[in-house]
Amino acid sequence: MLEQVPVSHYLLLSAILFSIGAGGVLIRRNVIIVLMCIEMMMNAVNLTFITFSRYLDSATGQIFVFMIMAVAAVEVAVGLALLVELNRHKQSVNIDDFNALKG
Amino acid sequence: MNELLLLSPEIVITIVAFAVLTLDIIWKGDQRSAKILPWVAFGGVVVALLATLNVWPASSSEFGIATDSAGLIPIMAVDKMALFFKVMALLTVALVGLSAVEYIEKNSPFRGEFYALTLFAGLSLMFLSSATNLVMIYLSLEFLSITSYILTGYLRRDNRSIEAALKYFLYGALASGVMLYGFSLLYGATGSVDLATIAVNLGSANVFLVVASVTLILAGFGFKIAAVPFHQWSPDAYQGAPTPITAFLSVGSKAAGFAVLIRVLVVALPAYSFNWTVILSMVAILTMTVGNLTALWQKDMKRMLAYSSIAQAGYMLIGLAAFTSQSSDNWSNGVQGVLLFLFAYLFTNLGVFAVVIVLENKLGTTNIADYAGLIRRSPFLSIALVIFFLSLIGIPPTGGFMGKLLVFGAAIDQKLYVLAGIGILNSVISVYYYFGVVRQVFFAQESDETPIQPGFVMNAVITVTMVMTLILALYGQPFIQFATDSADILAATF
Repeated sequence: MLEQVPVSHYLLLSAILFSIGAGGVLIRRNVIIVLMCIEMMMNAVNLTFITFSRYLDSATGQIFVFMIMAVAAVEVAVGLALLVELNRHKQSVNIDDFNALKG
Repeated sequence: MNELLLLSPEIVITIVAFAVLTLDIIWKGDQRSAKILPWVAFGGVVVALLATLNVWPASSSEFGIATDSAGLIPIMAVDKMALFFKVMALLTVALVGLSAVEYIEKNSPFRGEFYALTLFAGLSLMFLSSATNLVMIYLSLEFLSITSYILTGYLRRDNRSIEAALKYFLYGALASGVMLYGFSLLYGATGSVDLATIAVNLGSANVFLVVASVTLILAGFGFKIAAVPFHQWSPDAYQGAPTPITAFLSVGSKAAGFAVLIRVLVVALPAYSFNWTVILSMVAILTMTVGNLTALWQKDMKRMLAYSSIAQAGYMLIGLAAFTSQSSDNWSNGVQGVLLFLFAYLFTNLGVFAVVIVLENKLGTTNIADYAGLIRRSPFLSIALVIFFLSLIGIPPTGGFMGKLLVFGAAIDQKLYVLAGIGILNSVISVYYYFGVVRQVFFAQESDETPIQPGFVMNAVITVTMVMTLILALYGQPFIQFATDSADILAATF
């Protein structure tokens, strides 16, 4: 039953998920894995919203989650399209190979 | 019906953007799409601008979506500040669209879509400037980001453009994730996503959650305005993007970032206002200094302008820091300064980029070294460049001077002497790199002597931006009044 799991546990779980995601974005070199880590951050946020929504007994948080899921899908579509295009030029998905711009 | 009238600028832009997209499909591969569509888009923007001015007297209403329990949740406000930023957004889209005509015709086989996407980007700026609800802020911010990623990578055959877009995308997605986490904590702490309700509930909220969430949210907004330490994307994105889009990013998305930052700070976090002075001052100092010092050794004009625009965001943050520290009687000073600064910056920076676009069209390069001896090849462009640089440095008689005067004035008024001092010191540093370009233009020996003739459209864009840059200083009273009115309504509402 939900009552037996305190809110703080959900928040802690989402904080951990978010940190793993953010750490992955900063550390991993493969762009596809970076995209997955970004998804993980979004899902951590979703979990926080749902938790608070349940805790506060307000539906707004759940509406927000639907918005986030829709936007995240759009965002990943654009990101993957850019990656496919860049892969045609460079034959690589490693972020360190994308070094035409610097200074 | 009255409410629909208040939204008429957005409605016009939406219709025109879809019309451009449809016409582009109908005229596929036809010369008409390159020749006529920019003017269709331009006409739409002019109509929307008139609609915005028409709404001006009636402003200060709020829109909402109906919910079953709580009645109306406001999601957008049409107040004077929102309209001010809508005017800015439309001017940006108009000038960017016009200066892109020749560039896009030359560099991309896909023309109509470019104008449709630029209109959509302008639409997102307009939504962002009226958003008063975290959901709406998030949606319009993502709308802006996603259109910006696509536009940055618009030159598909140029791997630098795609690379810039991917880097922009990765930083942007990270920043929006961080910002969202902040939103979720703020929602948890205050139980609401409406900015005004957040302000009411803030007193009883968990302080730890609020501080954590505001820090995360500021990181997200800092990304949009390219404030240090969230600026790393901007030099790469600015250099690789099609030049008109660089102009758009440096003006449009920065202005929108400030619009939402001002609204969230002023409306949602008034109880904490005082405390944010220190954070904003630190960010302002870092942003100015890092921007200016890195700009010193740039060889590429677009990259140099990227760092210059980071520095400009630092000056604007001074005004915001000065605002947040003020007591409620005369605080509009700082925000009014930021608004006027942004208005001057819009014309100045779009003007510089128009010159850069002309030169890129003719010379095929953006290296500062290739601008050598420009004064003998095109006196008009050279003089325009000098005037824009004077404005960016903040030397009278230019709009940039007026903006800096008000911003630094607000800081001194609030006894933030160190902040104002560092700002002035930074303006002095910036003279070095701006005049490095001027030195190339006037005193270096050119290798090629053919005169450069900008086309009619580019001439018009450069003339308009130059005249506006000068008018803002020589006949600035109406514009200062405009900025003051826009900042005042914010005070009246809250």
